[in-house]
Amino acid sequence: MDVVIPEKELIQYLIFRVGDQEYGTELNQVSIIEKDLTYTRVPTTPDYIKGVVNLRGDIFPILSIRLKFGLPEIEVDDDTRIVIFNINESMLGIIVDAVREVVHLSKDDIESAGNITDDKTLDYISGVVKKDERLITLLNLEKLVAELLENRDK
Amino acid sequence: MDMNQYLDIFVEESREHLQLLNESLLELEKDIKNKEVLNEIFRVAHTLKGMAGTMGYTKMQHLTHAMEDVLDALRNDRIVVDSDMVDVLFQCLDALETYVNTIAATAQEGSESFSDIVDSLKAILGADPSSAGKSAKHAKSSKGSAKATSLSVALNQYDFNVINKAFEGGYNVFEIRIVLSEGCLLKAARAFIVFQILEKNSDIIKSVPKVEDIEDERFDLEFTVVLITQKSKEFFEKEINSVAEIAKVEVTPVTKENMNEYATKAGMSVSAGSDSSSSNEQDNSKHADDHHPVKRPTKTKKTVRVDIDRLDVLMNLVSELIIIKTRLDETNLQNKSMDMESIEYLERITTSLHDAVMKVRMVPVETVFNRFPRMIRDIARDLDKDIEIHMSGEETELDRTVIDEIGDPLIHILRNSADHGLENHEDRAKSGKSSPGNIYLRAFQDGNHVVIEVEDDGKGIDVEKVRKKIVDRGAVSAEAAAELTDKEVIGFLFKPSFSTADKVTDLSGRGVGLDVVKTKIEALGGTVEAATEFGKGSTFTIRIPLTLAIIQALLVMIGDEKYAIPLGSIQEIEKVKPDEIKFVRNQEVIILRDLVVPLVRLDKILNVPGTLPDEQKKSLICVIIKKGDKLSAFVVDKLIGQQEIVIKSLGNLLTGVKYLAGATILGDGNVALILDVNSLAL
Repeated sequence: MDVVIPEKELIQYLIFRVGDQEYGTELNQVSIIEKDLTYTRVPTTPDYIKGVVNLRGDIFPILSIRLKFGLPEIEVDDDTRIVIFNINESMLGIIVDAVREVVHLSKDDIESAGNITDDKTLDYISGVVKKDERLITLLNLEKLVAELLENRDK
Repeated sequence: MDMNQYLDIFVEESREHLQLLNESLLELEKDIKNKEVLNEIFRVAHTLKGMAGTMGYTKMQHLTHAMEDVLDALRNDRIVVDSDMVDVLFQCLDALETYVNTIAATAQEGSESFSDIVDSLKAILGADPSSAGKSAKHAKSSKGSAKATSLSVALNQYDFNVINKAFEGGYNVFEIRIVLSEGCLLKAARAFIVFQILEKNSDIIKSVPKVEDIEDERFDLEFTVVLITQKSKEFFEKEINSVAEIAKVEVTPVTKENMNEYATKAGMSVSAGSDSSSSNEQDNSKHADDHHPVKRPTKTKKTVRVDIDRLDVLMNLVSELIIIKTRLDETNLQNKSMDMESIEYLERITTSLHDAVMKVRMVPVETVFNRFPRMIRDIARDLDKDIEIHMSGEETELDRTVIDEIGDPLIHILRNSADHGLENHEDRAKSGKSSPGNIYLRAFQDGNHVVIEVEDDGKGIDVEKVRKKIVDRGAVSAEAAAELTDKEVIGFLFKPSFSTADKVTDLSGRGVGLDVVKTKIEALGGTVEAATEFGKGSTFTIRIPLTLAIIQALLVMIGDEKYAIPLGSIQEIEKVKPDEIKFVRNQEVIILRDLVVPLVRLDKILNVPGTLPDEQKKSLICVIIKKGDKLSAFVVDKLIGQQEIVIKSLGNLLTGVKYLAGATILGDGNVALILDVNSLAL
């Protein structure tokens, strides 16, 4: 008689690359991934907000995660993608260098991010995952959205 | 019965009735002898009572019933209206509004029983010394002599003939008095059941009160019928008693011997065949009054209630249509292969459709204005001032979204006038002004805008006091403050944390008001200004553009970027040579006919990359913008053309960005930003 081992709850994460780091976000927050979107610059916004874009009638901002994390921008190439998220009814797009894959992670796989000391990114990290020799940093996008909302109301 | 489907209807209709009640009470206060208004108020209370009863809201029903009793006594002159009574009625109105709001939010009427108000109502009735007053009290306990007999039936000659015929035929004639239980909820329904039984087994020849009155629940707890039947007294006693919530059944046989009692009891006009009055009426004319057609409020247009969400869907579809049409225009320009005529026709139809849909969204400002009289009345009492508000132009229409937003700013401005502007009775007398203090609220259309003015004949704004405050706050130096024009000084009142009130009252003076007003109105694309004459009064003027979501705009290029400027703000376009630019106090200006118009370098303000310096250009294109009565010259690089655009928000993460009023989607699918002329013009 086989004993049924209950599976741990697995959540899907989208993994993408920025520079030589890999980042992950919950897949259910991802709306769509686009390539080659034309965006319109919005004056007087922070430099990491590259502009706004129109997708099927909705207008929302596009961010450069490189600039947000203090990295220099690079030229757009064939791997560059814009991942469009829907976070609590707010839409926003993030420019990433490349999109890798979708992985399944369970809560146990996720460790706290206490070791990372880089100030610029600490707020937005919800945890770290070690998977097959790779270190994946999980992003807390709600924090990003909250920050944008706060700035808006000033 | 699932009540929830009726909840929406209940709430909407209640609110309509409460609005009517509000207006009527205000009228009553002005003219306490106005019977028509009293009757109107009675009817409203009665209707609300019925509605509450149907939905099972017993507390609301209890309150409206108590109101009804008082109102009935008032309209029958059993007691006289005085201002305290009107106050209590206003309290009832507030209580009812609370109920309806609670019901709207939770589907229940809540736990508030407002028993103190009910007690006040009862006290009004109880205080009346005359015994007639007692009979108006809840029928439960009163055994006033007037009551018992007045329910008895009066029979006329015709009735007697019928009865005699019945006797000849060997039929029984009974007078049956039916008393419903106290606390019976749906009295009309119960009565109906009883009537069904009676009608199945007899011919009813008389009913007191009249059948229509019973159907309308215009009776307390009992009614009496006279019928002809073959069935027995015991039969009816048994049948009727088996109906729920029947307290008592009294069956009295009518015989040749006691018949005449019924005739004599009538006393009044037997030949005319009128029934004796029911306990609710003491005057025949009043009775007749009730059967006149109910006077409806004058505005009975045929209307349809539309869900706001559906309107939004319609609006979005029209917007999409306009975008596609624009795209067709562009393709057509390139190909020149399409049918020009058809395109033009399409353009006309789209514009008409747009106009029609926008009209659907238009709502008269009256919906916002109608709560102000009551508000001013309450404020006047709180401040112990004599204030009257005069409104005009309530039929002026505004877009629905504007209507939603304009209420709060208006309330604040009105409170300002009442609190700071208008003086109390003594001060007015000292200045030779008559009481009451007046507030004029006007709405009218002015070209592409709707203007709303709040004018008062109070003491006006002390400009010098404000000037001093500006210096005291350190906002501006004393010398600079002296240079400011009066208008500029008043403008400071709209800045955050600015208030010249010496005391902070409950209503205003905290310095958070006028700047919020300004922000809200500017968010609607409008402007607000104040003008004053010290000692005479002040006027606040709000201007709001008429249409909201779709506007005509001028598309321009600044550098490589496309921007849209709302056409309504543009006065004209000028080409200017670089050497024609002059300097006035460090500000670049051009001379336009005789006017000095300051230059606004959009490329600098918006940090547009890749723009050329003047030296490399033959001429500058200036879009002359009109803001209020000031002009500014916006410098752009290229004109693209005039276009209808749909204003879309920048998404909820970016709204409130400086200098931008929103975004629009162009025919090519790209986003162009709409310039906020208000924040850019000087």
